[in-house]
Amino acid sequence: MKVIKIDEKKWADGLENAKSAYHLFGPIKNNDFSEFKELDKGELPDMTATDTRLSPKSVVFPQSEVMFEYTTDENNKDCNLLQVPEKNYSPRAIIGIRPYDAAAFLIVKKNFDTEQYQDPYWCNSYEACTFVGLAVTNPCPLDFSTSTNTGPFDEKGLDILLVESQDCFLAKILTEKGEAFITAAGWTDVADHAAEKQIDELKKQAEALITSKVSYSNIKSASIMDLYDASFWKDAGFACINCGTCTYVCPTCWCFDIQDENCGKEGKRFKNWDSCMYPLFTLHGTGHNPRGEKIMRVRQRFMHKLKYFLDKYNDGIMCVGCARCIRSCPVNIDIRRICELMNNHDTNACDSTVK
Amino acid sequence: MNNPYLPYPVHIQEITNATEDKSLKTFKFVFENSGDEEKFSYKAGQFAELSVTGKGEIPIGIASSPTEKGFVTFTVNKVGLVSTHLHQMKEGDIMGIRGPLGNSYPWDVLDGKNVVIIGGGFAFTTLRSSIVYMLDPANRSKYKDIHVVYGARSPGMLLYRDELAKWEQRDDINMHITVDGTDDPDWKYNVGFVPSITEEKAPHGNSDTYAIVCGPPIMIKFTLPVLEKLGFTHDHIIMSLENRMKCGIGMCGRCNIGLELVCKDGPVFTLDQYNMTPRES
Repeated sequence: MKVIKIDEKKWADGLENAKSAYHLFGPIKNNDFSEFKELDKGELPDMTATDTRLSPKSVVFPQSEVMFEYTTDENNKDCNLLQVPEKNYSPRAIIGIRPYDAAAFLIVKKNFDTEQYQDPYWCNSYEACTFVGLAVTNPCPLDFSTSTNTGPFDEKGLDILLVESQDCFLAKILTEKGEAFITAAGWTDVADHAAEKQIDELKKQAEALITSKVSYSNIKSASIMDLYDASFWKDAGFACINCGTCTYVCPTCWCFDIQDENCGKEGKRFKNWDSCMYPLFTLHGTGHNPRGEKIMRVRQRFMHKLKYFLDKYNDGIMCVGCARCIRSCPVNIDIRRICELMNNHDTNACDSTVK
Repeated sequence: MNNPYLPYPVHIQEITNATEDKSLKTFKFVFENSGDEEKFSYKAGQFAELSVTGKGEIPIGIASSPTEKGFVTFTVNKVGLVSTHLHQMKEGDIMGIRGPLGNSYPWDVLDGKNVVIIGGGFAFTTLRSSIVYMLDPANRSKYKDIHVVYGARSPGMLLYRDELAKWEQRDDINMHITVDGTDDPDWKYNVGFVPSITEEKAPHGNSDTYAIVCGPPIMIKFTLPVLEKLGFTHDHIIMSLENRMKCGIGMCGRCNIGLELVCKDGPVFTLDQYNMTPRES
């Protein structure tokens, strides 16, 4: 595995070089928060931010995206025919994505890139993207990524892993895409053999700093119906105000809506982020709503992440342990606590159901 | 990469009122581009998204049969934004259909079996597709006895009345048409709710007999115990479910009942399968 040493002095120049071949995205400090944004000329990503408020999922899956354009003008020969707008799938790179956020893209990929159907908007954007990760050396106390199949130095889903060292980044090149990015940036100083050892050492230190954990070993064997009917949902979701913040900040939440918007006779069909926390999400035309009460929606969110996904793909839970939902929840609902309740659920205990 | 969100352009060839209260209309669509009809190759029990630019899309069961060529039909209840607009559209108008979507009734399993079709109200569309498909001369010999119990509130609320009358005349299908009530002195069929007519007329269940049930929740609720009483096991009772949908291809996340996505893994499930999922439809 090749490791490149990027001196502090060569960092900015390299990124500027890369901008001639890539659209670069990175964390930018904005008042109290950092958010992933496209970097302007001369703009540098904030590599000191522990975490961004929103995950970088919008680089591939924008909060609102035009799927089609149309005209309803009967004098136009294309009246009522949907046209795919021109899309820019030229190379882009996310600089400073945290390893758990890159792992989240692999989870979301299972939804948008299936054997039967591929969402072209997501798949093309994902393909165009190079993931230049930044190892977590100083984890947030809430971070529980080591127990969700990822971790502070996890390499899956990344093309390059950057590790902060004294006055430099050590860049571990993981894929051909990563190699191409390093070439475009013009970083050529190959690190000595000690670098890999140093990375391993830092990795161990970072992993040891993560003490927050979840366990889901019993959830796999529990039955869906037992967990669904468990009595704890009422208490667990009591405080929820269904604001949907958890689903928006989550790097693995993928639900979306499709809406047409018109301006005179011209219009666009949009794909917009949606949330299972909202009653309209499942409301039938007849007025019937299968998840009409908030507790049902809270249950859906956690059952999806911690049970349905686990059962469907047999590849862990639909959570990477970034803890954004815990930090952002206005009523302190904690996915670690819900996971614990589900994992410790005793099916033989006396239960009442949420109707 | 194919774009699974892009509908095939179609024009409306014919619009007919399907019920006396005009709340349902049947739309016959013809594909605008040659080759699209072949690509839209479907089985009875599947659905499609009807796309109206500026309004959106609605998932509707395909009412025509794969054996009917040159067009596809959908019977649409006027409920929300898209369906209300659709009801105001004219013959010749251009719109889109996207699909076929979902699984279908299990035609490989039903091969060589007796089929009992039980429908209520306007949930008869994919059942109509199934009946036309099975009665096609090329297919009829594949199935043994076919029974149909179909009910509506009143005679005028029955869908496909002309076809029902024709099927009544045939000797290779046992029709049991019923209405909840009528003041028509000439009504020559049954009067009574679907569950009780099922109990009276449907054959007993056995390993060679499958029931397909489609109707409003109240009808389903009272018909399932009748089928159990008649000896139908839960793996021989087939249902078609509905939930709010957007994408129709299993991606947008709203139509799940537990692990299963109604749009992609369904809409057709056996009662056995349904019993293993949370009742979220």
